[in-house]
Parts: sequence; C-alpha cells; structure tokens
Amino acid sequence: MLLQAAREKGNLAKIRRATVGGDTGQGGSMTGLRYESPPTLDAAVALLNNAKGLARVLAGGTDVIVQMETDLIEPELLVDIKKIPGLRTIVAENGGFRIGATVSGMEMVEHAALCATWPGVIDGVKLIGSIQVKGRATIAGNLCNGSPAADSVPPLAAAGAVARVIGPQGTREIAVAKIPAGPGKTHLGKGEIVESIFLPARAKHSGDAYERFTPRTEMDIAVVGVAVNLTLDTSGVVISARVVLGAVAPTILEPADCAKAIVGTRLEEAALEQLAAAASAACRPIDDKRGTREFRVTVAGVLARRVAQKAYDRARHIA
Amino acid sequence: MSRKHHITLQVNGDEHEFLCEPQQTLLDVIRDELMLTGTKEGCATGDCGACSVMLDGRLVCSCLVLAVEAEGTSVETIEGMASGDRLHPLQRNFLELNGLQCGICTPGILIAARALLEKNPNPTETEARYWLAGNLCRCTGYDKVIRSVLAAAAEMRGA
Repeated sequence: MLLQAAREKGNLAKIRRATVGGDTGQGGSMTGLRYESPPTLDAAVALLNNAKGLARVLAGGTDVIVQMETDLIEPELLVDIKKIPGLRTIVAENGGFRIGATVSGMEMVEHAALCATWPGVIDGVKLIGSIQVKGRATIAGNLCNGSPAADSVPPLAAAGAVARVIGPQGTREIAVAKIPAGPGKTHLGKGEIVESIFLPARAKHSGDAYERFTPRTEMDIAVVGVAVNLTLDTSGVVISARVVLGAVAPTILEPADCAKAIVGTRLEEAALEQLAAAASAACRPIDDKRGTREFRVTVAGVLARRVAQKAYDRARHIA
Repeated sequence: MSRKHHITLQVNGDEHEFLCEPQQTLLDVIRDELMLTGTKEGCATGDCGACSVMLDGRLVCSCLVLAVEAEGTSVETIEGMASGDRLHPLQRNFLELNGLQCGICTPGILIAARALLEKNPNPTETEARYWLAGNLCRCTGYDKVIRSVLAAAAEMRGA
C-alpha cells in the first residue's frame, strides 16, 4: 500500500518512537491528535469543516493509519464515521446497489448479488491488499485516498458509479470518475464526506472486468490497471463500452478512442488491436522501479484487450 | 496532550478496560497494556500480517486499527486459541509438521488460517496460499505452513 520511501520513513518513525517517545507512540508530532466519533453525518461534516489543522475521515483506516505511522501526514483530527448509523450497508436501490462508506471490502466480496451484478468491481476490490486489509478497507476510502493505482477506482468509474457526497453546503451526487484530482488529491472540498457509492442497474447482456499488472500476484501495487464495462445486443455486438485505465497517469483515464475501438464490433482481432493501440496511446505514465514508461505503455494495450475479452465473455453469460 | 479515551472491550471472552491515546493502535494496547504478547508487531503498516487478530469475527491487522476504534468490540488473539492444555488442531499440526521456524509470523498465520477454515473447511492449496498472502514469513517457511494448514483442515473435517 505504500511506496518504498514511505516504508523507509516508517522504519525511522518507529526508531524515533522507540527511542524518544517510549512504547506508547507518544513521541514526536502526533501528541495533539484528536479523535472524534460523531453520531451523525452532519456532526462529522461540522467537525471536519471547523478543523484548524489537517483533518481526516477515518473509515477503514488502512491508508490513514499507515500514513500517520510513517509520518506522511500528521493530522490534528480524525473523524471516525463508523458509529454513524446507516453507512455500513449494501442496499438494493433502483435495480442497482448503494454501498455505504464504511462497508468493508470483505463485506462486498461476500455479497452474492453484488458480485453477480458487478463482477468487475469485485475484481478490483479483491485486489486491495490482503484479506486482513480488506477486512477494514472501504471503496470510499480507496477513492478518497487519491492513489492513481487504486484498484477499485477504474472499475467503479467504468461502471458509472456515483458518489453521494455530504458537505457544509448540503448533498451532491458526483461521478466517481470525477473525484480523483492527482496523486493524494481529490475534488472533494473541505468538510465533504463520501457517504455512499451507487452502482447503477445494468442492461441485459452486460459485463465488466478489471485486471492489473503487478510483479507479484498478491499484495502489490498496480503498475497498470484496466477496467472495461460493456453491453452487447442480442447478436453479441458491443453497443456501449467504457474503458478506464489506472496507474498510467496522475489520475485514472477514460480514453474515448478505447470505447470507440470496440463499439459496433464483436471484439474481432482488428477491434482488439485498435483498442490496444488506443489504450497505449493514451498513457502518460511515470517511469519508476515498478515499471518503465515504455513497459507501462505496452502493458496497458495488452491488458486492455485481455480485460475487454473477459468483460465480453461475462456479458454473454450474464442475462 | 491528547485526551485519553476510556475503552471497554472483550478479548478472548474476557472484559477488559484501559485508557489510551488516540494514536495508539489496537496492537499497541494488546501487547503493552493487556500484556498479551502472542500477537506480534512486524511492519506496523499492514503488510506482514504478524499482528492478525479477529475483530468482531473479522480477520484484521491490529496495527491498522486504532485502540479507540475498538470500543465495544470483541477481539480474539492467539492466546485464546488453545482450550487449556489442548492445542487447536492447527497449532498441533504446525508443531508436528514443522510449520514454523523462528515463530514470529506463526500467531498471525494461525489466526488467519483458523479464519479460513471457519469459512472454507476444505480449501485447495491455491485457496490457502491466496488467503494467507497477507502473512509474510521471512524464514521462507511457506511450504510447510501450507502443508500444516491443509493437514489440520483434513483432521478437522474428520478425513
């Protein structure tokens, strides 16, 4: 879940804690930390909005606590939203599902109807850390953490998921795809909290999928991730598609040329080649030890065609 | 100074209460306040699984849970795994099949493996390996770990 630099910093933080602050983590900068667990969203919004220093929402905590432990952030206030009633449910709504902000990844993975309807979203959720991490981590947190490599964000964006955001000015609905603003940054304002994420109803003959490339098969950070969500007509022709790339730019990308390459086709070889070329052409990746720029560009194309085929095969089997 | 929080929770069926600072993790409290040192700290960043515990029936890393978040919860640690002198079949199979070397990762692996077998009494080797991917062993003893888990599973199924 972290970059190597953070790990190294984390070790230093631990040494500092052990030598300066004793064994209860009181050393250094975090002495002023305040923890609140308000009973309502309005109270949570007010706490965040009135905070003078850095304030963070605490849901699963699998990013926030690591960032505190490794001294990447020194919040003045943590607002735990897990005591707020109604946020920990997956509710069927208008043929789709509303997933509360404190629902854990494992709770999603164990929800049979959700898994059957949005298997590509679940592909992404399953890749977030270990079983232990998924026991706490939330998709709202995965989104709000702002990592370009977040595994659940490309499939949520491809699915047309909409976040319900509660803030000082009231409630607004915003597409998940519009929330990421760059590494560690979102388009949420001060005091705003993602209350839930809505996955819409699906048309017949629809399928979605997400895959990522990582050096290891588990417990790793995406070097490239691709999500595809598509709908077929009864003859197997793609009538609509969304293709979203992760980890190849400061935010997720949804290149229009990718969808264009496969709409109107049955994913014949020429269409898949065009899709791969469009995906590769859209990448603006960094060059780092997990993957060179050139490698990420190539792999984006390879994954795009592979994931499109998987979504297509699912669409043919999901009535 | 941060305000201290008064926390009440159950650990292995026993009621406990303590005061904690907001930045203290559940792991810190389990080890340093409740003196249950079977749960280990490996990385403190959720990567190694040595601090695995059950929190309200859910497998988690106790280093990724703040102690204040654990108010009113039920926690199960490795200390609650054996029944008196009678080891859990997982513990016995780890001993008999040398499923551990230095032992630091072992409590976390045992807790995680028990959670697996409660959900899936007959896991394939692949399922067991994926489930335990969040438990790192720097002695590289994975093969014997997996064999011990599968042997315990077979024993518990009465196979």
